[in-house]
Amino acid sequence: MSILTPVLLVVAIGFVLAVILTIASKIFFVPVDETVSNLRAELPGANCGACGFAGCDDYASALGADPSVGTAKCPVGGADVAAKLAEILGVEAGSAEPQVAVVMCNGNKEASKTLMEYQGLSTCVAAKQMFGGSNMCSHGCLGLGDCERTCPYGAIKVCDGVAVVARELCVGCGMCAAQCPNKVIRIAPAKNKVVVQCHSTDAGAKTRKACSNGCIGCKKCEKACKFEAVKVENNVAMIDPEKCKNCGLCAKECPTGAINNMRAKRKPAAAPAPAKEAEAPAKAEA
Amino acid sequence: MNYLTILLGIILVNNYVLAQFLGICPFLGVSKKLDSAVGMGIAVIFVMVLATAATWPIMRVLNNFGIGYLQTIVFILIIAALVQFVEMALKKFIPSLHKALGVFLPLITTNCAVLGVCITNIDEGYNYLESLVNSFGAGVGFLLAMVIFSGMRAKIDDNPAVPKAFQGSPIVLVTAALLSLAFMGFGGLV
Repeated sequence: MSILTPVLLVVAIGFVLAVILTIASKIFFVPVDETVSNLRAELPGANCGACGFAGCDDYASALGADPSVGTAKCPVGGADVAAKLAEILGVEAGSAEPQVAVVMCNGNKEASKTLMEYQGLSTCVAAKQMFGGSNMCSHGCLGLGDCERTCPYGAIKVCDGVAVVARELCVGCGMCAAQCPNKVIRIAPAKNKVVVQCHSTDAGAKTRKACSNGCIGCKKCEKACKFEAVKVENNVAMIDPEKCKNCGLCAKECPTGAINNMRAKRKPAAAPAPAKEAEAPAKAEA
Repeated sequence: MNYLTILLGIILVNNYVLAQFLGICPFLGVSKKLDSAVGMGIAVIFVMVLATAATWPIMRVLNNFGIGYLQTIVFILIIAALVQFVEMALKKFIPSLHKALGVFLPLITTNCAVLGVCITNIDEGYNYLESLVNSFGAGVGFLLAMVIFSGMRAKIDDNPAVPKAFQGSPIVLVTAALLSLAFMGFGGLV
């Protein structure tokens, strides 16, 4: 008998509370936006706050109110959840101008010189703390793939010592840009296909010594551009995304190859293979 | 027992966070910004008073059946259900308050300070009114600690003067320890 009383009592308390809560959830029911509740259903519900919002509910309502918040903020759910969120928001999100990550460095193993052989922890952040990394150029891609590991879409890969973005897969969430210790990656409109792949602000001679693909600030591109889109500031060329017409004249003129015209593929092996397959059927449908 | 004595004692001398080390998780987690610290503090006051109002009579029932040892599990059950209920009611009737407190309410369910205050009320042998005053004071003490600490963190977080090895959690813990030491000065006040 002695065990029966407490068991029954606790069960009774639990039952009464359950009934009260069930009734309360009916009485106090508040209709919510269906999109938000759908979004919330896809999120893992860990309430960890890693997305920058106070819990999954908050992220779902922020996303429902403004899709430009970005669907890739949940590291727990990863790529699957991000894709599902994008699917739910799909129609509304279409109006925003697509953005992609751009790697502002082309210092591959052949082009850029190294100061030392780095044998420490194989992450860019760790390498950067070790006298600024093994590269002679202190601005360039460290090539240890912090971006590759953080990308939920598999859209950025380190090829030949420098990060390369598969533009078809990239959604412009900016997680790689936030991760990069050298701030080599920036988020730019996808329509701009001609990009400066160097952001070294060192003087021309120093840049040339460190890397044969670096921008030396010679201003040939500035003169070549018919739309005044290219400007050389702080020893590095910048292309105004609004003025650029993707003509590629500056890329042709550049003596070091620091400007890349992505319409004329210089290096066909640069993009990962599945990207091309994804592109092909899309064209066939159109 | 004088109500003022209870109030002062629980706010300053036996402050739940800084003297009894209960509810440390929200104390460290939600004190980054002043407004969220205040929101959390007010939500804790609210829940503590309500939880005491509900658990004190239940304890009588438990004692009547001679199963006072089930105190902990029954209290947790009641606090969790109560917080859920309050959240639903707020969402329906006072959406603005729900928006302000809403995030913190589910977090409070697992806040040991709430359970702590309910059990302390029983252990100290307070009557119903004294229990409510004590719970209110415990919440105010929590709010006070949160506000002071968020003010300190505003100066310390991202301050370049902090050595690199101490940045982030280490300096926060050191600061919390110093604040706790400062509150030791209130010992013997009541």
